[in-house]
Amino acid sequence: MRFGIVVNEGPYTHQASDTAYHFTKAVLAGGHEVFRVFFYHDGVNNGTRYTVPPQDDRNLQKLWSELAEQHGIDLVVCIAAAQRRGILDESEAKRHGKSGDNIAPGFRISGLGQLIEAGIEADRLVVFGD
Amino acid sequence: MSEGNTKKFLYINRKAPHGSIYALESLEVVLIGAAFEQDVSLAFLDDGVFQIAAGQDTAGIGSKNFAKTYRALGDYEVRKLYVERESLAERGLSESDLMPITYEDEDDDYAEKPSIHLVDRAEMARIIRDSDVVLSF
Repeated sequence: MRFGIVVNEGPYTHQASDTAYHFTKAVLAGGHEVFRVFFYHDGVNNGTRYTVPPQDDRNLQKLWSELAEQHGIDLVVCIAAAQRRGILDESEAKRHGKSGDNIAPGFRISGLGQLIEAGIEADRLVVFGD
Repeated sequence: MSEGNTKKFLYINRKAPHGSIYALESLEVVLIGAAFEQDVSLAFLDDGVFQIAAGQDTAGIGSKNFAKTYRALGDYEVRKLYVERESLAERGLSESDLMPITYEDEDDDYAEKPSIHLVDRAEMARIIRDSDVVLSF
């Protein structure tokens, strides 16, 4: 089965990102396909590489980036939600006159159309959030 | 994307319009999603019914008042807005407290028709069950 995953909450303040991560791993372990993971609302905060949690805690950004690298998963951060919350890639940073970008490896910034497309193309779209 | 791949999208709005960003960002998804020519419905339940309450004024809190965007949904061919009757009643609201949201029916000489339909909780459950893609905000 082909899954689309939506993460609507940021890391650490809410369980949703952890649960979505474990669910995505379970989907892959079960031999299923992950069409895309889409990050919306505060979920975009999973995609900043400036995340530095204490060493004895998990690093959700890294876990997502590693999963993307290992399995070639498409991690998409909503551009409008990301800009509001200060998540920028190189071209967005340049366009808005900011001195640096902070998008994490394996993540890309794109539009909400990617969320709708995930809904259309996936057999199941599973949403994690409040 | 293959032609004719139309799914029933249901956007469930459960939170009050101001005080968090969920309502505004839900509306942004609906507006973008309208371009994909899917079968789109919106549901308003729990505190989500406040999103389409008439007379919203955000001047006092300095945040964006996007309430009038709901009235433009008809222009985006988003015409099915389901409001849960029990959620309204639990909050002391009735249909007359909601803003009028209509669309023009091109198959009926562009007659202006109401987009809002009040449904009871059991009917809302059926609408959710019959949808292919459910996004809850």
